[in-house]
Amino acid sequence: MHPAYSVILFTTASGAGYGLLALLCLVGLSHGEASTLAFGLTAMVIALGLITIGLLSSTFHLGHPERAWRALSQWRSSWLSREGVLAVVTYVPAVLFGVVWSGLYPALDLIKPLAVITGVLALLTVMSTGKIYATLATIRAWHNGWTVWVYLAFALATGATILAAITSVFGNFPAFLVWFSNAWLVAALAVILAYWRSIDAAPRDLTIEQATGLGRMGQVSQWEVPHTAANYVQKEMGYAVARKHAAKLRRLVIVALVLAVLMMLAGLAVPFAALLSAALAIFAAVVQRWLFFAEAQHVSTLFYGAKAA
Amino acid sequence: MTSLPPPTARKLGLVIDLDTCVGCQACVTSCKEWNTQGYSAPLTDEHTQGAEATGVWLNRVHGYEVREAGQDQSRIVHFPRSCLHCEEPACVTVCPTGASYKRAEDGIVLVNPETCIGCKLCSWACPYGAREYDQSHGVMKKCTLCVDRIYNDNLGEDDRLPACVKACPTSARHFGDLGDSSSKVSQLVAERGGYDLLPEMGYKPVNKYLPPRARRDATTSRAEALPKPDGSAFDRLFQWADKVLSPGKGSARANEVDHSGKLEG
Repeated sequence: MHPAYSVILFTTASGAGYGLLALLCLVGLSHGEASTLAFGLTAMVIALGLITIGLLSSTFHLGHPERAWRALSQWRSSWLSREGVLAVVTYVPAVLFGVVWSGLYPALDLIKPLAVITGVLALLTVMSTGKIYATLATIRAWHNGWTVWVYLAFALATGATILAAITSVFGNFPAFLVWFSNAWLVAALAVILAYWRSIDAAPRDLTIEQATGLGRMGQVSQWEVPHTAANYVQKEMGYAVARKHAAKLRRLVIVALVLAVLMMLAGLAVPFAALLSAALAIFAAVVQRWLFFAEAQHVSTLFYGAKAA
Repeated sequence: MTSLPPPTARKLGLVIDLDTCVGCQACVTSCKEWNTQGYSAPLTDEHTQGAEATGVWLNRVHGYEVREAGQDQSRIVHFPRSCLHCEEPACVTVCPTGASYKRAEDGIVLVNPETCIGCKLCSWACPYGAREYDQSHGVMKKCTLCVDRIYNDNLGEDDRLPACVKACPTSARHFGDLGDSSSKVSQLVAERGGYDLLPEMGYKPVNKYLPPRARRDATTSRAEALPKPDGSAFDRLFQWADKVLSPGKGSARANEVDHSGKLEG
């Protein structure tokens, strides 16, 4: 599958934003109001900023961005529509939570209910992003039980490292945050390894013989393509640039996540090391997301000569 | 609404005969000609004067080589592909805007070009690669089953057919109601063992493909299959004429086919 760069930016940026938002809600639930107004506002602006940048960039790959509002209408059947609705709806409790949690408008008894609502909606939004891909039966690598967990785990891991980074900048960096962030980084590593293991093990059991129905006669291969230059279906579904580098890129994701864990540990002694940890986690998320697209093979490639899918 | 209508009684679709299709591309060009000014207009082409000419086509004819067990020659099957107007089209249910829809009255799957946002998700959901995105128009294009021909009162009755069906010189394409078991297309499917593409995907395509018949060239076009001289007066006359007319070398028997590929004389 062709990786649209706006979709990679969208899913990693808004994923990190929703992960951060959900974790800020957790902080609100356990600690009440933010330690300082400046910290609370900065964290909320970064969370909502990442979400907003992501959502805006997701409209860049549309043929008609001005019609994007129409995507809110088909939530009964479409996970893409559900994602859009959840993303928009989440803003309301998120802004209210940010206002009371940061201390801009002190209302201590509202923090917990707003934190629960915002946190649940944030995680549901990330889950629905994963569902868009997981429900596509046409792409074996996405139609997989781990897909949704990959999206959730990377959202929370990048969110947690960003939370640690912000906290370290504000000079109040409890050792607990190191273990907390690292737990999410390790969880993301475990989930992505399980996902890769699962897609590598899944049989490529659809063949060109089945797709054409000509297997009843014999062995089928492509003799003539129906065009003179590659068409939309081949460019969009047949993208295979990273497939041959998959093993290297997978190692890069693993190394980046392990380094992020080590950098977070270094944060116990070295100031601002958590910033580097967050950068590494985001880098790992971007490479993983690119691979997620580039490694995915679409069933329709069978009609264009692929032997199996 | 991108939720599907209840199962439609009428299931308009195509039956494509892989035995008689000769790969002439007439259906491809007539589809383009009609639809670039019809419901899905325009079907944009890009770089038409360059080496990388590309464009939106709703119907494409592939060629596949099939190696049959026990045959020394492989066989070419011309294979037209367009939207199959599935009964369970996930391309419709994934659409976030309602631009993609399946008509309750006849089962035709359409895209409304006025409300499509061009997110391409429907093309990802189609296992058949039947939808093509129009870069310059910013919306998804697909076969409309010539909805603007088949119900068009301005056309004569025998023109109220999809352009591809109308154009096919070998009658390899048939149009009709596959929901009606007594229709001509349904009977054709029953007689010839018409099949679904990728039934294991669960999309329940309406369009059906008729498999190529068993190859006949073994009995019709090979030298040993041709009639042998029967020793009649006419045969002897032709053999004599052949001998007289052939310069030098010994004569060939009448009706013997020369497979050497060399020109005589």
